[in-house]
Amino acid sequence: MKLKFGIKEVVAIGVGTALFVALTEIQIPTGIPNTYLQPRMAVMAFLAAVFGPIVGAVVGFLGHALGDAMFYGSVWWSWVFPDGLVGLIIGLFAAKYAIKEGGFGKKAIILFNVAQIVANAIAWIALAPILDIVIYAEPTDKLLVQGAGAFLGNILIVGILGTLLCAGYSKIGAKSSSLSKED
Amino acid sequence: MEPMIEFKDFSFKYRAQKEPTLRDINLKIMPGEKVLIVGPSGSGKSTLAHCVNGLVPFSYSGDITGTLRIGGKNPADLGLFGLSKIVGTVLQDTDGQFIGLTVAEDIAFALENDNVPQEDMFVKVDEIAELVDVKKLLENAPRELSGGQKQRVSMAGVMVDDVDILLFDEPLANLDPATGKRAIDLIDQIQKKKKTTILIIEHRLEDALYRDVDRIIVVGEGRIVADTTPDQLLVTDVLKEQGIREPLYITAIKHAGCQIHAEDKPMHMETMKMDRYRDKVRDWFDRTEGKAARPEAPSALKVEDLYFSYVEGRPILQHIHFDIKKGEMVSIVGKNGAGKSTLSNLICGFYKPTRGTIFLNGKDVAPLSIKERGEKIGLVMQSPNQMISKPMIFDEVALGLTVRGVPEEEIKERVYRTLKICGLYPFRNWPVSALSFGQKKRVSIASILVMDPEVMILDEPTAGQDYRHYTEIMEFLKEINETLGITIIMITHDMHLMLEYTDRAIVIADGHLIADDTPAKVLTNETIADKAYLKKTSLYDLALGCGIDNPSEFAERFIAYEREKKKETALAEEKTDG
Amino acid sequence: MAKILSYEEKDTWIHRLSGVTKLIFFLLWCLTSMLTYDTRILVTMVVLALIIFKISRTEWKQVGAVFKLVLVFLVFNVFAIYIFSPDQGTAVYGTRTVLFHIAGRYDVTKELLFYELNVVIKYFTVIPAVFMFLVTTNPSEFAASLNKIGVSYNIGYAISIALRYIPDVQGEFTKIKHAQEARGIEMSGKASLISRIKNTSTIIFPLIFSSMDRIDVVSNAMELRGYGKHKKRTWYMGKKLQRNDYLAIAFTVAFSVVALAITFADGSRFYNPFV
Repeated sequence: MKLKFGIKEVVAIGVGTALFVALTEIQIPTGIPNTYLQPRMAVMAFLAAVFGPIVGAVVGFLGHALGDAMFYGSVWWSWVFPDGLVGLIIGLFAAKYAIKEGGFGKKAIILFNVAQIVANAIAWIALAPILDIVIYAEPTDKLLVQGAGAFLGNILIVGILGTLLCAGYSKIGAKSSSLSKED
Repeated sequence: MEPMIEFKDFSFKYRAQKEPTLRDINLKIMPGEKVLIVGPSGSGKSTLAHCVNGLVPFSYSGDITGTLRIGGKNPADLGLFGLSKIVGTVLQDTDGQFIGLTVAEDIAFALENDNVPQEDMFVKVDEIAELVDVKKLLENAPRELSGGQKQRVSMAGVMVDDVDILLFDEPLANLDPATGKRAIDLIDQIQKKKKTTILIIEHRLEDALYRDVDRIIVVGEGRIVADTTPDQLLVTDVLKEQGIREPLYITAIKHAGCQIHAEDKPMHMETMKMDRYRDKVRDWFDRTEGKAARPEAPSALKVEDLYFSYVEGRPILQHIHFDIKKGEMVSIVGKNGAGKSTLSNLICGFYKPTRGTIFLNGKDVAPLSIKERGEKIGLVMQSPNQMISKPMIFDEVALGLTVRGVPEEEIKERVYRTLKICGLYPFRNWPVSALSFGQKKRVSIASILVMDPEVMILDEPTAGQDYRHYTEIMEFLKEINETLGITIIMITHDMHLMLEYTDRAIVIADGHLIADDTPAKVLTNETIADKAYLKKTSLYDLALGCGIDNPSEFAERFIAYEREKKKETALAEEKTDG
Repeated sequence: MAKILSYEEKDTWIHRLSGVTKLIFFLLWCLTSMLTYDTRILVTMVVLALIIFKISRTEWKQVGAVFKLVLVFLVFNVFAIYIFSPDQGTAVYGTRTVLFHIAGRYDVTKELLFYELNVVIKYFTVIPAVFMFLVTTNPSEFAASLNKIGVSYNIGYAISIALRYIPDVQGEFTKIKHAQEARGIEMSGKASLISRIKNTSTIIFPLIFSSMDRIDVVSNAMELRGYGKHKKRTWYMGKKLQRNDYLAIAFTVAFSVVALAITFADGSRFYNPFV
């Protein structure tokens, strides 16, 4: 586990949160009413995978709270905590993905996606609806449908965009000694 | 006296690299000295600076041999924090260095980290802010400041620590010429007032020499190739050999066939003794030809009575009008924030003008969408990192065609053709990450070129590039311009670029068009240069100093002569290659 | 770029309060509003929140755009609750007083309307508090004060950096988006989901990579200026808690305790007018 917490992690949280907040308004419509894919989730997953669980959790939590407040004037705490949890869980295996070392291969991709699916399942199918029931006493059916929507949307965007980001960034760190010019 | 900085048989190799970046460095810098360090990209000059401020080896690890003493102490014993009390570094990226939410907080940053009580901080911050002239800005956020102001805040931020050494990493890279001049002047004042040891790393030698320096150290391929006074250095050919641009007046005097003598004090044009050179330079002027006039061509991009404002009553651009002809290479210049980027945003259709019309080939572009305009007017951003979004070179260049649904066969053919033009064909199957910065820049140009645009707009195409890369990129653009007939517009504040490579300069100051003329005329006109935060070229002073009463024609002929010479060398190189 | 809420300097006693006081108020206020469904308490909170909002001299143009956006969410949520659970009111209050019938299982009941009214009021207790917190809290002072009440200075500084770079990242995002649009990448339109994700990635990629560079530059710059040298640090913008801060905190705590005590006095968080 990567539990190092130095200057780089502090800055990663700061700049990462800024990214997350700035990307709040980028929502890709899915065709299902009021359900959007959130690229910011993929960015958070990427940061968690590079910098570890603390950065992941704080960026998810702080980014969601600040983003909600600044763009929508309201904070839905029942969705803020799950977001932090997703970052935390994905970040737990940061050392195994070895993204900066150029090690994000097939095995790491599978691990990353298993982690993100499990994390999103716990967050959106379990935690978020439970918090919503406790906090807002809204109808269970509605919350489960909302939760399922968020779960699907997030595994999709993290699975595609998140994986691409990790793989792309990993390639930058990789050695390129095997390249040769072609005529 | 004990030296402030002393390298002895010093070598350094980064962990990830096979070869050492610095070899056998022997260098002594005395307290209160002001030293300029020059060298091309990759020469090791930044690594040398990192050794002084401690980023090497504390942040970038590697193997060190030999010894280094800073203020008489071993950096290894001081640690990064100990060093930060002795050495203050002003980074090139003033946005990255500006950490605080406001000017005052950023200046106080080092004090905060040192647990200085709040009341003491207030006093100290005020005092330093006064020194670098940002007192009125203390409560401002970074986005409200100009590049020059941010840089002064960065200086203040390291000076609060009462450091003995101030290290400037390419202080001129992001500034317009007039602001750069002011920065060099401020550094000079600080050194005189505080007797600080100053190290300036810069490849814009002529601009850095605006104020006296004691010594210039030339770094090449990891070694010190010269360590001497400016006057001595300018006499030799070391700069040329290392790919560093000499001051223009020096090059001009050399073209005239003169041997420069150190005792004439060639460091500054204004104070150089000219007796020995005057006649020869005048002769050279008389026998050299200027540039042939360009034949009249049809209009490519015409702007008529253009106005733009975000908020009513606060115009960003007013009454802008110009007509750029097909095949021209034009520069749009002016100080930071004068409205240059707004102009390119209007041309590309990102913003809608408040009033006025933009014509492409005589047709109003207003009905065209951003995408449709993008097919005819290509925009290349300042940093290739802001454009490149595909890991593989081929895919990156193909992107614009792919999203337009061009058939695959055609994409392949067009991408290959473009890659050949850009000299990237041998790398077509490489990941972008394996390329150098200059090659990446070419990829971003190729990705626009592939769409066969008629006009290409480039934002600061050579920012942060050393002379060799600058020449490489600009020669490449010139070639595209000549062989493909693409009209090229460059937004820049690089005076060399406008002078050497463009036929025309459109000058914008405070939202108004104040000149539309040849660069040589613009850069020899004091009023315009002042208003646009440009600097008169030293060729102007040289011409006057030699009794030539048409300085802009002198500049014109100098540039034409340089071009001729460049072509000859290029031809000669081709012959030896073949 | 969408309009976002941000600090504006004004001179009212609310502006002069420490950021920490306002954070404590904001968090307790949210907590109370979340837990209680007691209509009397909620109405009291709305009235109080509006008074505070007024005192803070916040103007409509500072918050109007965002407010309209919240209303959209609110309306959507109210309908969603009805669609999914037309009898949520009955489930909560136990009785069922039909006002009129629409179709199928969809009746409109008094209980439902009352429940939905409570949901709406809940929103309105929080919205002014968020607005007030964001537009009256000086971000610099806030980060400093956080550390003063015991939050690790690393977290305080991370928040400060986030607030510092949000405008920069937004600006860079716009630039990159423009350049990619000119290359022909369209963000909206009728493209398939996969190609929409791909198009978005052409903006996100450059943005991420430049942000990673930024992280390196900023952490180098901070290290060179001695960040993290000591276990503690001082703050240029730090503010000691004043008498008004203590009063405000005391009031907030007292209010929350009383509000929750009243709410849960009868064993249910709902105020039930139907029995």
